[in-house]
This record gives sequence, C-alpha cells and structure tokens, in this order.
Amino acid sequence: MKKFTWVQPDNIDEAQRQINAVTATIATGKTIQGAAVIKAGGVDLLDLMKENIIAPAKIVSINALPGLGKIGFDEKSGLRIGALVKLSDLEENAEIKKHYAALHESVSHAATPQIRNMATLGGNLAQRPRCWYFRSEDHKCLKKGGTKCFAQEGQNQIHGIFNTEICPCVHSSSVSTALVAFGAQVEITGAKGKLRNVPLAEFFVSPQVDVTRENILERGEIITALTVPAPPKGQKSWYIKQAAKESYDWALADAAVVAQMSGDTIKDVKIVLGAAAPTPYRATAAEQLLRGQKVSEKLAVQVGTAAVEGATPLAHNAYKVPMFKAIVKECVLNLV
Amino acid sequence: MSEIKSTGTSQNKTTSPAPPQKREVTLHINGKNTTLSLAPWTTLLDALRQYLGMTGTKKGCDHGQCGACTVLIDGKHINSCLSLAVMQQNKEITTIEGLADGEDLHPVQAAFIKHDAFQCGYCTAGQICSTVGMLNMKKGNSPAEIRDLMSGNICRCGAYANIFAVVEEVKEN
Repeated sequence: MKKFTWVQPDNIDEAQRQINAVTATIATGKTIQGAAVIKAGGVDLLDLMKENIIAPAKIVSINALPGLGKIGFDEKSGLRIGALVKLSDLEENAEIKKHYAALHESVSHAATPQIRNMATLGGNLAQRPRCWYFRSEDHKCLKKGGTKCFAQEGQNQIHGIFNTEICPCVHSSSVSTALVAFGAQVEITGAKGKLRNVPLAEFFVSPQVDVTRENILERGEIITALTVPAPPKGQKSWYIKQAAKESYDWALADAAVVAQMSGDTIKDVKIVLGAAAPTPYRATAAEQLLRGQKVSEKLAVQVGTAAVEGATPLAHNAYKVPMFKAIVKECVLNLV
Repeated sequence: MSEIKSTGTSQNKTTSPAPPQKREVTLHINGKNTTLSLAPWTTLLDALRQYLGMTGTKKGCDHGQCGACTVLIDGKHINSCLSLAVMQQNKEITTIEGLADGEDLHPVQAAFIKHDAFQCGYCTAGQICSTVGMLNMKKGNSPAEIRDLMSGNICRCGAYANIFAVVEEVKEN
C-alpha cells in the first residue's frame, strides 16, 4: 500500500468538503491533486490499494457520520437500510428474513462471515468488479483508461453473457441482484445535503455510457441509505447463487425472483440475473411468461430458458447459460 | 474530527502530497489499552505482529481470502489484514492471545487440542477466532451451516474434518 493521510469527519458536510475523487477516476490513472476518496468498511478499497490499482492521497472514513448504521422496517413504508449497515446485520435482521427472503439469502451467501462483519451495504453497492485483468496492475484495460479489453480474447470464464461487446466485467454485488428485483432505491446525498433517490437499477452504469465506472456516483456524493418498498400482499421471493465452491466464492451465476402471488397464481414478477452482465440484468421475456400463470415444473423450465434468451457467451463461459436456466427454474419453483 | 497532518517533503511537490506523519493510536487489546505511534496505512494485522510482537495472529494472503489473520472486534470476527489499525480505536480487540483465562485454555482452544484439529498450525489461530465468533453469534446450528460459516478460514493441511468435530462439540456444550 502507498502512503496516505486518513481523516474521519463526524459530519457529512465536512466529509464532502474533504472528498474530491471517486475511485473509478483515479483507477484510470488520471492525476487528481491530493485525491481523497470515501472509505466505509474499507474491504474493497484496501484490496484495490494493496493491488496497486489505486493510490489515493487521502482516505476519508465515513464511519463516524451519524445515523447511517440503522435498519428500519414498517409494513406501510417498507425497509430503510443505512449505508453503513454491515452485511452481517442485514443477515441477522428478522424482518428482512420474513418479508424479503431473497435479500436475506443473497446477503447470507456473500463472501465470508469475517467479511460480512466488516463490509457495509453502501460499499457493497459501490465495489469494483472482480475481473482478473482489472485487478491486475500489469493490465492497462479499458476500465483503467487503457485501449484494450483483455477479457475479450483472454480468460473470460467469470465474465458476462449479456452486453459483452465493450467490457464483459460483471457487477460483483450479488446483494444487488436481490435488491433490484425488490425495486430498491438508492438515497444519495450530494453537496449541501442535496438528496437524490435513484432506482437501484439506474444506479449502475453500463460500459456504453462509461466503461471506466460502474455507478452514477459523482465526486463528493455519498450513498446514505437504501430503501425497499413495503412488501405487497402475497409477495414471495427467492434467490440462488451458484459459484465454483459451495460457500466463500464469487457468484458465477445468481438469480433473484420476486413475485406477487394470489394463491398459486403469479400476478406480477421481477427476475434479475447477477454475474450475467455489466449491470444487474432484468430477464423481462421470462417475467412475461410467468405473469398471470400458475407455477408448474414445465413453466419453470420455460422461464429458465427465456431468461437466457439472446445471451452472447464468450469463448470460455458458455457453461453459464445452462447454469442460469437451472437457478431461475429453481427460484420459480421455490415460490410455491 | 481527527486528522493526520502532513509534514516533511515529497519528491514531487506539484503532483503528490507530503508523506503523512505517524500518529498516536490507542488500541484496546485483550483487556488492555496500548498506545502506538502508527502510520495510517498500518493494518491491524501489522500493528499486532510488527509493533506489538503479538505473532499469534498470522499473515497468510493479506487480502481477506484465507482467514489466518482473523481476530474479534467487539466479539465479531473480522480479517485484520483488511482493517486499518486506526479504524479500530475505541473497540474491544480480542486476539488468540486473549482467549485463555491465565493457564486455563478457552474451551475452543482445548477442543482443538483434544480433536487434533491442526497439522502445521498456521491457520489455527484464525480458525479458533472464527469458531468463537460463530459461537458469539449463536450460529452454526446444522452441519451445513457450520461448514458455511467456517468457510472463511482455509486449512491447506486439510484438517477440516477434525475442525468440524471441534465446532460440533463446542456448539453442544
């Protein structure tokens, strides 16, 4: 790790005064005088610094900012999760387990217990991709301001099967897979306390918009909370993550299905695939097949097939196609 | 607000800031307060091993992937390699050295010996701290859950079967 200064402001205005860069910008090699970046849990940030992907001059810890560490739930207004809530606290929350099963499942299978005790929700959403070329100091890829994507012709086992043309990196927040399916919103606080609420699905940025970053956060903006709508009557959800190892591994494929049921008939549904594309991927054709239908094994298989319609796998990751089919099918069958 | 003031000179004053100064960091480790003069980039792991000579906590991968550096912060297990020492002030840090009560081993330590749950021993401190963290969370209620919750600690000697036996026994007691 390169040297840096460390500050821990106790109010958000001061934090914003100190922060002058986002990690995405400094990872491209652009020089920012005294680059100062946000740190919450610090898990991904310190890893990037140890790998020499970024070397900020200053780290602004937001851990002392008040009011960001709480989870609140109300059956009418829904769920509000402070940005500094640890993944392990989400995992333990009884209301999340009861009303948002897919979210509970996704959090419980993220990383390891040690990391879940350190990692915050805000940091999980803002983490950088796990592409091995991006994480290698020796590869000046598109994401780091270079001119070449090494994954296109190189080792692309862990990469995406949709929207792969520019940079096939997949977003590594598996918690987002579930959150997008629940229609979550991100609360972002900008300068002078200016708030903006953005659907999580629109928080993520595709490579077509800007290949060097994965989210819309601008300099000085801080994720302060995440809100999830109140569970409508008859809401059922499930999430499955498939990785090379049973636990402690990044998802090769994950899927969340959130449905509004009336008996065993599906009134409305969202299906989201993670580790499939640069941003969480809505399988809208598959959703359409389910609306107004009763869940059956045959239909679940068709939904799984529809979920991967239009996939463009790379040389080494066509195995993900049947994997997604299987986990989407299992998620659908889990609703009843 | 606490800030580490920058002093000294840098090689290139136009593009990089001056190297930051060390600062006093007070850590509450195993029931005792210790004040060290540390640079902000010192991880908790390096503070323990290099500055305090507490070498029970091990450095494996230094990237949060192996679990050898696991310690407890306010009773919860974390990777000390991914944590800066300066972040852990005003918290209760427990390392492998702090688990025994005098000459009496912690029940998890005793169970590791009883079940011969190690070979080279390099991962053991981390495995024990993870087990204690899991007990603190009152989790590990099924064999699958134990395996899942212990998955953040890698043992390259492959003593997993015996480690599993330890966790099952201490869960029962």
